Amino acid sequence: MMIEFSAFALVLALCLSFAQFGLSGLGRWKRSLTLIGAGEGAALGAFVAVAVAFAGLMHAFIVSDFSVMNVAANSHTEKPLLYKIAGTWGSHEGSMLLWCLALTGFGAAIAGLGRDLPRGLKALVVMTQGILGSVFLAYTVFASNPFLRLTEIPVEGRSLNPLLQDPALAIHPPFLYAGYVGLSVVFSFAVAALIEGRVDAAWARWVRPWTLAAWSLLTIGIMLGAFWAYYELGWGGWWFWDPVENASFMPWLVASALLHSAIVTEKRAALPGWTVFLALAAFTFSMLGAFLVRSGVLTSVHAFAVDPKRGVLLLAILGLTAGSGFALFAWRAPRLAPGGLFAPISRESALVLNNILLAAATVTVLLGTLYPLIREAMTGDAISVGPPYFNLTFLPLMGALLILLPAGPLLAWKRGDAIGVGQRLMLAAGISMACGVLALILISPRKGIASAGLAVAAWLITGTLSELVTRVRLFRGSVAESWRRILAAPMGSWGMTLAHLGLGIFVLGACFETGWKVEAAETLALGQQLRVGAYELTLNKVETVEGANFDADRASLTAVRSGRVVCTPQPERRFYPAGRQTTSEVAICTIGLSHLYVVMGERRGTADAGVWLVRAYWNPLALLIFIGPLIMALGGLVSLSDRRLRLAAGRRAGAAK
Amino acid sequence: MRRLLAIVGALFCLAAAADPADRLPDPAQEARARAIFREVRCLVCQNESIDDSQADLASDLRLLVRDQIRSGKSDASVRSYLVSRYGEFVLLKPSFSVGNSLLWTAPFLVLGLGGFLLARNLKARPDPEDLSPEELARLSRLSDVRDS
Repeated sequence: MMIEFSAFALVLALCLSFAQFGLSGLGRWKRSLTLIGAGEGAALGAFVAVAVAFAGLMHAFIVSDFSVMNVAANSHTEKPLLYKIAGTWGSHEGSMLLWCLALTGFGAAIAGLGRDLPRGLKALVVMTQGILGSVFLAYTVFASNPFLRLTEIPVEGRSLNPLLQDPALAIHPPFLYAGYVGLSVVFSFAVAALIEGRVDAAWARWVRPWTLAAWSLLTIGIMLGAFWAYYELGWGGWWFWDPVENASFMPWLVASALLHSAIVTEKRAALPGWTVFLALAAFTFSMLGAFLVRSGVLTSVHAFAVDPKRGVLLLAILGLTAGSGFALFAWRAPRLAPGGLFAPISRESALVLNNILLAAATVTVLLGTLYPLIREAMTGDAISVGPPYFNLTFLPLMGALLILLPAGPLLAWKRGDAIGVGQRLMLAAGISMACGVLALILISPRKGIASAGLAVAAWLITGTLSELVTRVRLFRGSVAESWRRILAAPMGSWGMTLAHLGLGIFVLGACFETGWKVEAAETLALGQQLRVGAYELTLNKVETVEGANFDADRASLTAVRSGRVVCTPQPERRFYPAGRQTTSEVAICTIGLSHLYVVMGERRGTADAGVWLVRAYWNPLALLIFIGPLIMALGGLVSLSDRRLRLAAGRRAGAAK
Repeated sequence: MRRLLAIVGALFCLAAAADPADRLPDPAQEARARAIFREVRCLVCQNESIDDSQADLASDLRLLVRDQIRSGKSDASVRSYLVSRYGEFVLLKPSFSVGNSLLWTAPFLVLGLGGFLLARNLKARPDPEDLSPEELARLSRLSDVRDS
């Protein structure tokens, strides 16, 4: 019964979303507060209805109700509870439901929280959110319904892919989806602003918190995915330039550009058209990602079990929504008032440059992802675009961006003082160049590019700290004055400092890990040793253990450095009978910020004299790769807590009218 | 869920190239082989280099590359041999050819276009702090009046 009720709730949500669109639109047109209010009510109702449907599906997974096709295909009675719950969004259908939950959730959030917004603009935002909700709910109800029943109920489910039975991956999709779909709010704001024909500082200030929230969630989501790939796939990589990774990275790049251009629009009323364009583009890339992952047009290690018919539908949705958004833009944008003026050396210019580089980087990732398709369609030649392409194009663009970054926050608005900024960054430049040179001389083996990357990381960190020192007048004024400035600094500027520091920390980790990783592999009998970097690993024991839904061979090793036992890794090789799959459970010893990463391979040799293939990696500063993005996301959240974003803008703009 | 791993191949992808049984005795040659592995696609896998994959085909390709390197061929001739056998699809790094010109130049075209638009935007509008000649003339008139 519960499933039928959930199916009903889902259809109800579709109807409510449609009502949300109609009532809000009509209310805005007729200027009727009653209808506008009714539209907001429908938005809240749609969210509650999707939440009920979602809870119903989750319940079916928890109690292993195999009469539901989706549960039978993706769950198993012996699966641990966490992964039963995570199974709710583990399939195509369930993940679309999660998408709809986030979409209606954000719609309800605007309806409920956006009290400071002008009624007309808010009604249009809620209306657009209603259109998006209707489209995606219609898709879920009619083409991807998770509540289909089976007539013959199986005794046991087909289980979730064991690789996905992992805590990081269980929480990865909710973060990622909240981020993707959070950008829908920004899209709706852009559409509303274009209809109203007004993009001003107040609008930019309303858009920023939503962009910040979506961007932070997306950052965490992507980081969790990379972390999962790092320790679950078992070869120590964390980014593969895989189409699905690219699909999540493109909205992130656009959202990063939008965060910066919205600042220009907010502070200086400049670039209104470009900011609106980015706001439309961000969610378009989210939808493109949803399409790419589900349509099967690209081969990826992460692809869903795909169905071309659904792909066509998703492409139609993408074309329809993004197409109308950009058509509206082409029609209305020329009427937007041009913004404030600025000199070539100014913070505006720096932020525009940031946007140009991020846009070029996004185009690179987009083209690298889609080019094989385009080329094949045009000429019939099959080509591959892999990591070497991105290393040669994306990395130089990012390098330029990172080198320019520390100067941006130090430049004044309108007209900056290049020489003054140069003087303030002298120390930072000196330190980072010294870091690079020292790395080149001291660290063996000698790596030019990695040393340069290290210098860039040091530049980001010291440059960001220089800005902080300048801002609070540390060492220049009295301690009391600095302290007062620290307390008085708005949260937004702390958020920026944290995000830029996080980026520097990430670059530091990424350069160290890719540049100076050490790798070793040997077949070991019991008692034999393997040397990786400064560590000596001894294979002591291999035993058979039984897990909840798997059997495993577990190796016990000791890692010794200069005569001292540092850690005792226990990698496993697991066999999951339900899906007849073998996975390897990596053992990672965290030593300082670095990882000793041990993988157990297959058993070789004879039945009584077993030898095992053991692989070990020394990944220096690998932890920073994952801590950096967390600090960036934290910066986003700190910035979000800036009271200027919540209070003043709406009131002041409201009063001005 | 984004990162649904569909393929069984990935389950065994444990830096297969590092298998000690196949390594070349000369470390310099082995390093060259590994560098090539990272740029060669495992054709039957979803999207992996033969350095990462443990599929049978990947292991055959590794053997092939190692054989070629052992017999003294240059990196370029190993690559062109692979392309002649399997087509350009086998290379993860697309060639710098006419067909790929858009792919390689687009990032920098976008950069150039952005730079051009920014420059035009800055040039088209007068510097906000600068006064126009008429304003300057008016200013000097005013100060003349005050001075006199």
